Amino acid sequence: MENKTLNQSRRRFLTTAATVVGGFGAAAATVPFVSNMSPSAKTKAIGAPVEVDISKLEPGGRLIEKWQGKPIWILRRTNEMLQDISSLNDKLSDPQSDNSAQPDYAKNEFRALKEEFLVVIGICTHLGCSPSFVLKEDGESISSDWMGGFFCPCHGSRFDLAGRVFKGVPAPNNLVIPPYKFISDTRLLIGEDTEEVDG
Amino acid sequence: MAKSNGTFVSVLVGARDWVDARFPLMKIWNEHLAKYYAPKNFNFWYFFGAFALLVLGIQVVTGIWLTMNYKPSAEEAFASVEYIMRDVEWGWLIRYMHSTGASAFFIVIYLHMFRALLYGSYKKPRELLWLSGMALYLLLMGEAFFGYLLPWGQMSYWGAQVIISLFGALPIIGEDLSLWIRGDFVVSDVTLNRFFALHVIAFPLLILGLVGFHILALHEVGSNNPDGIDIKKNKNADGIPVDGIPFHPYYTVKDLMGAVVFLIFFFAVVFFTPEMKIPGTQGLFLESANFIQANPLQTPEHIAPVWYFTPFYAILRAVPSQLGGVIAMGLAVNLFLLLPWLDRSPVRSFRYRGRNYRIALALFVISFIVLGWLGLQVVTPVYTWMSRFFTVIYFLFFLLMPFYTALDKDKTVPDRVTN
Repeated sequence: MENKTLNQSRRRFLTTAATVVGGFGAAAATVPFVSNMSPSAKTKAIGAPVEVDISKLEPGGRLIEKWQGKPIWILRRTNEMLQDISSLNDKLSDPQSDNSAQPDYAKNEFRALKEEFLVVIGICTHLGCSPSFVLKEDGESISSDWMGGFFCPCHGSRFDLAGRVFKGVPAPNNLVIPPYKFISDTRLLIGEDTEEVDG
Repeated sequence: MAKSNGTFVSVLVGARDWVDARFPLMKIWNEHLAKYYAPKNFNFWYFFGAFALLVLGIQVVTGIWLTMNYKPSAEEAFASVEYIMRDVEWGWLIRYMHSTGASAFFIVIYLHMFRALLYGSYKKPRELLWLSGMALYLLLMGEAFFGYLLPWGQMSYWGAQVIISLFGALPIIGEDLSLWIRGDFVVSDVTLNRFFALHVIAFPLLILGLVGFHILALHEVGSNNPDGIDIKKNKNADGIPVDGIPFHPYYTVKDLMGAVVFLIFFFAVVFFTPEMKIPGTQGLFLESANFIQANPLQTPEHIAPVWYFTPFYAILRAVPSQLGGVIAMGLAVNLFLLLPWLDRSPVRSFRYRGRNYRIALALFVISFIVLGWLGLQVVTPVYTWMSRFFTVIYFLFFLLMPFYTALDKDKTVPDRVTN
């Protein structure tokens, strides 16, 4: 314990070396633990396209399907509904869908491949609830000039029948349109839009 | 008879001394109980720390027993809770104790925090005590949130969906962060499984550790009291505070009596109204929508968090912007952390504070309660404007505090505690 025999510089070197090496080791050890919580290979693999039969869907009716665990709505719009959609532009925050997510072929007024059919992910862009489908005649409690659309029960966001968000509600963007295509007049494929090479 | 009794006592004393020679048993006993001098003027508000410990004990014990029959998978979770309720011996009691315990925990903690606001218990030298208590409150919120997903009912599912989406609203990292929390693209079996791990292992360990820290910090600086007077400034010849009494037996006996009364109320809820279905609500402690199994395709018509989160939920809904709402909500929870530094008054207890702080505190409590009520209601334009109004008051309590407390006309604080 005498100062003569105590080699201060060696002690400092050993402490510093051990701290630096150990620090890097501890930092590196967090990588597997953090990455472990990311989606696993199996989770990523689920998400295959879903085929939907729309032959029984009446005008004005809606189907709910599940793709990648999310609700997908398929709404068959009547001519009156399409006219109502066209009249709403100045009440919407993103009427041209410039800041919203959709495939290019759905970046149009009705946000659809065929204007009769709306295919949309039924998850509110605010905090992920699934909005309710409220017809024109049932919407008095939502607003006096309700033209039909989707109303989120969680935080009151409103969307028109093309999934476009109204002004003054918490949702920032229009509802997301998934990739999809028509396999035939009555069959839809959700989750895939490129033409398949037929063997 | 007397002699054998004496032998028995001497055996006990011998055993105690044997342990004491090998472990600081009597030292701990004295430092934290028999010679821990607490102010003699504790009132009703000083029960809630002990009650929090009691509820923590109830949650740990009932939680362990629940895990014996619960299955943390999306396929089986809902059915396993029903199994516990119907088929497991006394399962209903243990489950209702746990669900009632969750709400009781928040009632106790909110009153415990209110006590600190009344008597300035967060002020110097108790800043670390306050910060560790706030950290416990945040951990408790996390623990309650993870636990609420486990029954895999509709409210479990959509509540988790909304809260995780809050992180998704953060710029740049948001999407990846919420994906990482869920471990999946939607709330799923993966999410349920990890929430179970966090609920039964990670967070309870953190909470127990921090409770130890909290109590050690308390016993280092000593308890505050309703007069906000530092009793250590006035000691007798033996170095014992004149206004202090040993925690044991005085407050151990008082707290035991309090615990009996508390448990009467607690079990009245467990036995007679475990859902706490007050008219106008969907059930405050157990929401009726949670008796329906989780359905990822359909959000319930009326969705509200459990009551203890509703003040913050109302603040979230009051802000007409996604990111703004999330930030406001985060601030509303975390501003409490800054209290020791926002409060510029030299006086602790509201008894000797001026009008400013009393009015501010009253307005804050009113806005907290009204926001809590608003958070349970369906969104309407009137309620949205009310939420905005009370959100502003809520924040002004904190943001204006440096000014109104500095300008306050405080009264003279007495030297000795009053009865």
